[in-house]
Amino acid sequence: MSCYHRSALFGLASGLALLTAVPAAAQNFITVASTTSTENSGLFDHILPIFTDETGIEVRVVSQGTGQALETGRRGDADVVFVHARAQEDEFVADGYGVQRFDVMYNDFVIVGPDDDPADAGAADDAAAAMAAIADSGASFASRGDDSGTHVAEMNLWSAAGIEPEGDWYLSTGSGMGATLNTAAQAPAYALADRGTWLSFQNRGPLEIVFEGDSVLFNPYGIILVDPERHPYVKADEGQAFIDWIVSDAGQAAIASYTVGGEQLFFPAHD
Amino acid sequence: MESPFATAFRLIAAGDAALMQIIGLSLSVTLSAVLIACLLGLPLGAGLALARFPGRSGVIVLFNAFMGLPPVVAGLAVYLLLSRAGPLGDWALLFTPTAMVIAQTVLILPIVVSLTRSVVEDLWAEYREQLRSLGASRLRAMPTLLWDGRASLLTGVLAGFGRASAEVGAVLIVGGNIAGHTRTMTTTITLETNRGNLGLAVALGIVLMALTLTLNAVAWGAGQWSREKLG
Repeated sequence: MSCYHRSALFGLASGLALLTAVPAAAQNFITVASTTSTENSGLFDHILPIFTDETGIEVRVVSQGTGQALETGRRGDADVVFVHARAQEDEFVADGYGVQRFDVMYNDFVIVGPDDDPADAGAADDAAAAMAAIADSGASFASRGDDSGTHVAEMNLWSAAGIEPEGDWYLSTGSGMGATLNTAAQAPAYALADRGTWLSFQNRGPLEIVFEGDSVLFNPYGIILVDPERHPYVKADEGQAFIDWIVSDAGQAAIASYTVGGEQLFFPAHD
Repeated sequence: MESPFATAFRLIAAGDAALMQIIGLSLSVTLSAVLIACLLGLPLGAGLALARFPGRSGVIVLFNAFMGLPPVVAGLAVYLLLSRAGPLGDWALLFTPTAMVIAQTVLILPIVVSLTRSVVEDLWAEYREQLRSLGASRLRAMPTLLWDGRASLLTGVLAGFGRASAEVGAVLIVGGNIAGHTRTMTTTITLETNRGNLGLAVALGIVLMALTLTLNAVAWGAGQWSREKLG
């Protein structure tokens, strides 16, 4: 019996030792809810150390789809949201969850697909016509299906083309940009991707860009401080410091200097 | 292209600081959850084996069923509990390692409780007369039975460790996969897969399996040793 007690005490002691081994929370940090496309592109690894060096404020990024990131902000679980779905961002501010939206940067969406382009989408005049060509050809299309900014942009294109996407050809993956590209590379299928994730994506298989350049494929990113009047524990000063920095010359230069394979992924909104 | 095994070996040999931090966090979160689940689950399981009360069968079935709780559901429940908008929001635990320990404890506890109950119940049936003749009550018999069943219990604890170290659904939701803070082996593998870095993802998977293998070998060795030394 004493053996049991001793081992229980030992277990308790090592349990406490392990718990304290978990890194202590840094004093000065903010939580930013952002999108999988930004995280997967590697942009944060490039710009956040610069900001932390300058200010001593650590930035903890939780990457989710735009819909989920805004929900995280609505629940007060983040100090700042950094997303790309303009209509939802404006609604977020109008509903009193965010203070003000700032333009940060933009990139664009591209339609990727099998290199032989069976739907001949590359010959279309505009993005909606390219989507219509894919739907008509019976080729597969892999959709995010997750209420993300990219998914919202894709749904806007379908409705511009007058198409209700459903059927065996339409693969709704319900997952992030990278996971959807993995699916598209396997099928193979067409997909709408943000250029940042596409350029840094390693597992392309037979995929390449089949359509790009239409102005409706423009993809602006916005940043919003979660309203401290609604959620009092929001770190308004530190969060605003991050927003001020990212729209400043220094922050914009940091964004512009991020390249993958020699190509710039994001373009500053304040040139 | 470098093979995943070569990548895995290179990563470990280089002792990359970020990787070591990720491995350290994964182990401390999972081992903390295992220890807490044992501290709660061993007495609870033994008590459930020996006590007789109305609704006991229901409790047993419930714990058995919760062994199959999907990690993502456990994660979602803990998320709603710890979110700022949730009942425990004031504790500010969401997106912290502590939240991950809580979620994994929820996953492991049913395994420890159910297995302990089953082991202790069998031992009690076997030694009941003997223990009674020594004047041991059910309560007094508990530690003896737990100690006697330690070899079988260790298997259950390892199963719990395996479940926690392998899952990604719960830690991703409550931890948020924040670089340098709540990023574990499994969430890193998910992230690298999504980045299309399949080679690196497989390499990390190999590292995770190597760790699990080592831990199980040590536990098995310890079990053998205790059987030989302590009978």
